[in-house]
Amino acid sequence: MEWLNAVLQGILLGGLYALLAAGLSLMFGVMRIVNLAHGVLAVVAAYLGYFLVDKLSVPAFLCIVIVIPVMAGIGYVLQLGLLNPAIARGGLAPILVTFGLAVVVTNLLQQFFSADTRSIQTGAIATDSIQINDEIAIGVFPLVTFIVGVVVIAGLQTYLSRSRTGRAMRAASDDKDAAQLMGIDNRRIYAIATAIALGVVGLAGVFLGMRTQFSPTYGDATLIFAFEAVIIGGLGSLWGTLIGGVVLGIAQAVGAQINPAYGILAGNLVFLAILAFRPTGLLQKAVNS
Amino acid sequence: MTLLKVDSIDVHYGDFQALYGVSVSVAAGETLAIIGANGAGKSTLMKALAGLMTPTAGSIAFEGRDVTAMPSFKRVGLGIALTPEGRRIFPSLSVEENLLVGGHTRRKGPWNLASVYEAFPLVADRKDRIGIHLSGGEQQAVAIGRALMSNPSLLLLDEVSLGLAPVVVEQIYAALPAITGAGTTVLVVEQDVNQALKVSDRVQCMLEGRTVLEGAAGTLTRDQIATAYFGI
Repeated sequence: MEWLNAVLQGILLGGLYALLAAGLSLMFGVMRIVNLAHGVLAVVAAYLGYFLVDKLSVPAFLCIVIVIPVMAGIGYVLQLGLLNPAIARGGLAPILVTFGLAVVVTNLLQQFFSADTRSIQTGAIATDSIQINDEIAIGVFPLVTFIVGVVVIAGLQTYLSRSRTGRAMRAASDDKDAAQLMGIDNRRIYAIATAIALGVVGLAGVFLGMRTQFSPTYGDATLIFAFEAVIIGGLGSLWGTLIGGVVLGIAQAVGAQINPAYGILAGNLVFLAILAFRPTGLLQKAVNS
Repeated sequence: MTLLKVDSIDVHYGDFQALYGVSVSVAAGETLAIIGANGAGKSTLMKALAGLMTPTAGSIAFEGRDVTAMPSFKRVGLGIALTPEGRRIFPSLSVEENLLVGGHTRRKGPWNLASVYEAFPLVADRKDRIGIHLSGGEQQAVAIGRALMSNPSLLLLDEVSLGLAPVVVEQIYAALPAITGAGTTVLVVEQDVNQALKVSDRVQCMLEGRTVLEGAAGTLTRDQIATAYFGI
């Protein structure tokens, strides 16, 4: 029964990982950018939430109404000002730019918020749970996180499949020169994609900050978990990212059940196993150019 | 009325010069064919017209407006659409999605999903198929339909017949009267001289980056064309 419990908690944890990884997956899918600043940007969102809730006394869950648009705005400006020029230079430029950005932002966070760990206080919901039976209880907050993760992934997928802008993103992802010939302004489409990605990062960062203690350097671990979720699921597939997050969550929870020290290790081992035996990920993108 | 006026443009790929003072004039409603052998500069000219390359000298005016340095995505909104060499169908999108992306600019005009399907029954049959799974002829038909979705006043068709079976080429060119009939001016680039003469009002022959012959399709003799085409 305790193993079933571990799996259940792992699935719910996977919802948070999927939420954290969705933006990374979207940016890679549309622009082929590996955003190494992804983790630290989630931590920025967490600090923003902390600042709003702790210093300005904004109600905990209401802070996402502010954090999401702020992060989306940062994404839009970041893409137009920094990443589009980097893409135009091609090769390693985008990855180096995002790496540099991660270093700069981490140090800025240290400067303003110190290296102390923080968390966003949510009150009673942090400990509320639904008792299934004597041995299994599901936390309300992890359950909410999981549901939000699934809804966000479904929403993003629908947006990409059905909307005019989403179609333009997929077209630009397939062939950016041909997309220009259809009247699509790639730089603007990319900026919208990054705005959406960072809006989701904003949401994920706030949930992260509510669930756990974070410090300015917490972005590294976040980036690795998000990256593992994307790779396990299959690059460029959003549903894959959800599955990847869940697989990673289960691996960590079951690993921790064996021995509390083995949680992260188990997650990394599953990731390495996927890389070794199924490098395209569990859900391979159906069509690849 | 002159729809497109290209005034002695030079185009370079790095140090290599592909076009030398090429001028083209297209009147609204006419069909002009640019013919010439491989490497004559036909596709380069098309790229310059669509905005994929910027001329190093000379100017391009569309509807009296200078578009020489305008980026390609803005030209689509003005009414210039190109079906590029190699078709460039979006491989992961379905045929219908390819067409919808073609209509991204939401420019008004006679062309929409229904009218494209009517002009190209082949495309209608394949509308749910994914781009990567299309044959060459299907790709070409979708590429033309996709360009039409932007309701262009000038449609640039680059090497429609390249790599296709003659019967497929016939099918695709069969849709041309419907396109010109809807008021679209067409500029075709062709290696196949007979096909070019058949569909066009006027022919311009290029050789090594220069225009060597031009005239009404009916007035040029075979010998004139052969001399211009091969430069002998």
